Amino acid sequence: MTLEIAMTGFVALYVFMLAGFAGWVIIGNVPAILHTPLMSGSNFVHGIVVVGGLYTLFNATTPLEQAIGFFAVLLGAGNAAGGYAVTDRMLAMFTTSNAKPTHRRARARVHPLKKS
Amino acid sequence: MFTLVPQLVIGAADLSAAFLFLFGLKRMSSPATAPSGIRVAGIGMIAAVLASFLYVFTVDAAARPHLLINIALAVAALAIGGGAAWVAGRRVAMTAMPQMVAIYNGMGGGAAGGIAAVELFGGRTHGVTELAVTLLGGLIGAVSLSGSAIAWAKLDGVIKQPWRVKGQQYLNAAVMFATLVVAGVILATASGALGLSTATWIWIFFACALVFGVLMTLPIGGADMPVVISIYNAFTGLAVGLEGFVLQNPALMIAGMVVGAAGLLLTLLMAKAMNRSVANVLFTNFGTVAKARPGAIQGEEKPVDAADAAIKMRYASSVIIVPGYGLAAARAQQKLYEFVKLLIAAKVSVKFAIHPVAGRMPGQMDVLLAEAGVPYDMIFQLDDINDDFATTDVALIIGANDVVNPAARTDKASPIFGMPILNADKAGQVYVIKRGQGKGYSGIVNALFYGPNCEMVYGDAQAVLVKMIEAVRGLGAAAA
Repeated sequence: MTLEIAMTGFVALYVFMLAGFAGWVIIGNVPAILHTPLMSGSNFVHGIVVVGGLYTLFNATTPLEQAIGFFAVLLGAGNAAGGYAVTDRMLAMFTTSNAKPTHRRARARVHPLKKS
Repeated sequence: MFTLVPQLVIGAADLSAAFLFLFGLKRMSSPATAPSGIRVAGIGMIAAVLASFLYVFTVDAAARPHLLINIALAVAALAIGGGAAWVAGRRVAMTAMPQMVAIYNGMGGGAAGGIAAVELFGGRTHGVTELAVTLLGGLIGAVSLSGSAIAWAKLDGVIKQPWRVKGQQYLNAAVMFATLVVAGVILATASGALGLSTATWIWIFFACALVFGVLMTLPIGGADMPVVISIYNAFTGLAVGLEGFVLQNPALMIAGMVVGAAGLLLTLLMAKAMNRSVANVLFTNFGTVAKARPGAIQGEEKPVDAADAAIKMRYASSVIIVPGYGLAAARAQQKLYEFVKLLIAAKVSVKFAIHPVAGRMPGQMDVLLAEAGVPYDMIFQLDDINDDFATTDVALIIGANDVVNPAARTDKASPIFGMPILNADKAGQVYVIKRGQGKGYSGIVNALFYGPNCEMVYGDAQAVLVKMIEAVRGLGAAAA
């Protein structure tokens, strides 16, 4: 008995399509002022590649595979840790002039590519 | 049964990670909730990485004898890679953020390329579809790795000039074509059609992909970097998503594709803000177009003393400040806000106007102003502020050039014609802080500088702002 679900053909395409759509909609709502933290934040999110690197390294059998797997984990870990560090630092800097930060949601946002 | 529990835990952790990434990014849509957003995503990442150590219970029989060494390598790689990047990320100056983000993009792409390489060398892919997806992910990841390395070198000033040769597009196309041919050969050898060593072809494939990334990025100039960084962000996301498919890991697929879509959206936004297509940014040599037009503009640049400009602003009722890359280069954001606070204390209404492609990556100016302590409700984007210039007394332009060039509105022959600009020229008085009389990066003459309402303050932005602060302070002292 196994828990693996075969992600083949159309199932994979459905996952890609839905994820791409979700990304497009969510990111479209981020105001331009946050574009740099957004980019480093999404940068951090693709650091999940480190999980794939770990899987590959654990299953490595030859010195070449071990060497490449090592670098994949090294780079992936750097991507994730660094992406988090800079994003967290940048977001902590954004403040309002009001003492209490208000939730600035009042104005309905148009998707940025739809503007004019 | 022995592998069932680990699989269950890994599955649950990856599912939570995918959810937390999406939820975290969603919270980034407002500066107020954004800090919690990244923390939520961080929890997802830690959960996924810790759970992935349970993979050791599921490894193939062939890998079992190497398992202890592999675990040691994994821990070492996580500690070294994660630790070094963490320290670098904590210490890097905010002005150096674009090159830092470029490095992280390249690292992610390299990791995806590495996964592809191990899968290929180990012959672990089954079937043509899986092999093709592995190759595609490896190609995109490798291009992102070497391309981001060049982008870093350019942003950090290691490479100063764009490298351009005649027929470069043909060279790039040839390398790309060669890469695809080699990919085709690997596909063919896998099904037993060619007798050559597959390993050799895999090396050639990755070498070609890396060379292509270098060639593609070398000719692109500094001001186009917002587009380039966004593209490599999208590339790495795509590569991660594709390798996620190969490894049958939905968390990688979802995270990669979300980032791919995000990067694509930002790329299109940046290209739109320059009124150019993405292909135009990547494949044409921008700076060379401009030289064809000698000065068709009447008048001359009028210099003004920093102190005089400062005093004029002190007695104005409204000022809009337009920052550009020059502010970042001079690291003058703290001095700028010091000056602005003096103006605000003197009851001057001050706003910041940010062009989408100001600086070297999307939103770089917003981050620099935030670092200096400028509240984000003083910062306005192009569409929200452009109509205000006409009713504003003074526009102060610091280290920005093309984004305020009125030629984009009026001069059909100008290479930037049609690009949305900040209408700084419509303000009552324009002051421009600029290093020297030379042209900006793009080599285009700026009609704004020759306008009757414009005066130039020459000098390093930091030094000029210090003089301006002194002038306004001196005024206060004289009055008291």
